[in-house]
Amino acid sequence: MEITEKKILEWLEEVKDPEIPVLSLVDLGVITGIDINEHRVRVTMTPTFVGCPAIDYMKQDIIDVLNSYGIDHVDVVVSFEKSWNSNMITEKGRKALKDFGLAPPPKHNLIVDIDILEHIECPNCGSTNTILKTPFGPTACRSIHHCSDCKETFEQFKPV
Amino acid sequence: MNETALKELLYKVADDQLIIGHRNSEWTGMGPLLEEDIAFSSMAQDKVGQSQALYQLLHELGEKQPDTIAFTRNADQFHNCQLVELPNGEYDFSLIRHFLFDTAEAIRFDMLTTSSYTPLAQLAKKIQGELRYHTMHANTWIKQLGSATEESISRLQSSLDKALPYALGIFEPSPYEQELIAEGIFAGEEALKAKWTEKVTEVLSQTRLEIGDLSAIDPKFGGRQGKHTEHLQPLLDEMSEVFRIDPAAEW
Repeated sequence: MEITEKKILEWLEEVKDPEIPVLSLVDLGVITGIDINEHRVRVTMTPTFVGCPAIDYMKQDIIDVLNSYGIDHVDVVVSFEKSWNSNMITEKGRKALKDFGLAPPPKHNLIVDIDILEHIECPNCGSTNTILKTPFGPTACRSIHHCSDCKETFEQFKPV
Repeated sequence: MNETALKELLYKVADDQLIIGHRNSEWTGMGPLLEEDIAFSSMAQDKVGQSQALYQLLHELGEKQPDTIAFTRNADQFHNCQLVELPNGEYDFSLIRHFLFDTAEAIRFDMLTTSSYTPLAQLAKKIQGELRYHTMHANTWIKQLGSATEESISRLQSSLDKALPYALGIFEPSPYEQELIAEGIFAGEEALKAKWTEKVTEVLSQTRLEIGDLSAIDPKFGGRQGKHTEHLQPLLDEMSEVFRIDPAAEW
């Protein structure tokens, strides 16, 4: 069987963010390059946050999944050449986040200021009558908000 | 490209991130309220992670592995400014230091996004986005507590007065200042200090805190050349304690 970039991306759908197991790395937007050279595949990825502690797990997961499809030589390179921002999460990924109970990050023009963190849509009831409690949550990529309508506290995958 | 100048810059910036990251982590489990505990812990994670990525750039330029650089040097081999190594003290001091330092680091990384050394420019662009959350956090609390009660204002004012000479030490000139500027690697400490002064003054003007005349203050220099306060070595001993038990351990 011929290995194509499309095929690789399809297989990589199986590799999920270890902290958000409904979201694949492809939908998260952190896979920034696939290079195929005969039977050798090089996957380039970029972290969501520079200090993301999950990066080594993700690298190993990529290798394991591609190995399971018969690709024995897999290199995973971490690069900042094409650096991640939260606009790179796909529509499918945004829906998965919401279903998981995490508000997807608002699209932005790459300059995040405090205004776009207010009135985030509540993933539980859909209200935008919400307030930012703190821009720092249980992981580097999440902020904490409170919904004034359904009174639930929720997390957001924060815009970067 | 002048590699000696570039490495000197990378070392001081990386060391700043590592040491302030460690100090931030000391608030884990100790914060005055849960959100602050999480905030300082999150910022610690970001900053230590950023230091690792900067040490990686040094490694690519022929220096040792990031862990070796971080955990096996003594205080006189560190190039962080003295501000970041000072003990956390009470919350007011940590907050003032966070505000003064993070304003400077955020502007520094903004400036580095246009560095002629591409790997640094790319990394700076990434770090820049993360630091917005740190300065947002600092500014929110400084504005709030800097105009709240007599106690909060006088505590912050006294911490500000104590921290300012050290904060000016951030901008200790490098021996390679001219080379860095000429080669477009970094626009220089003077340019950074001017932008920092403007930003810090703007935020403080929205509070009841007084910054005073900065030109009358004698900056605490020395950190960039490995001269540190008595507080750095104990921090390094604690930080590297586990690593030094078995440097070859697989984690």
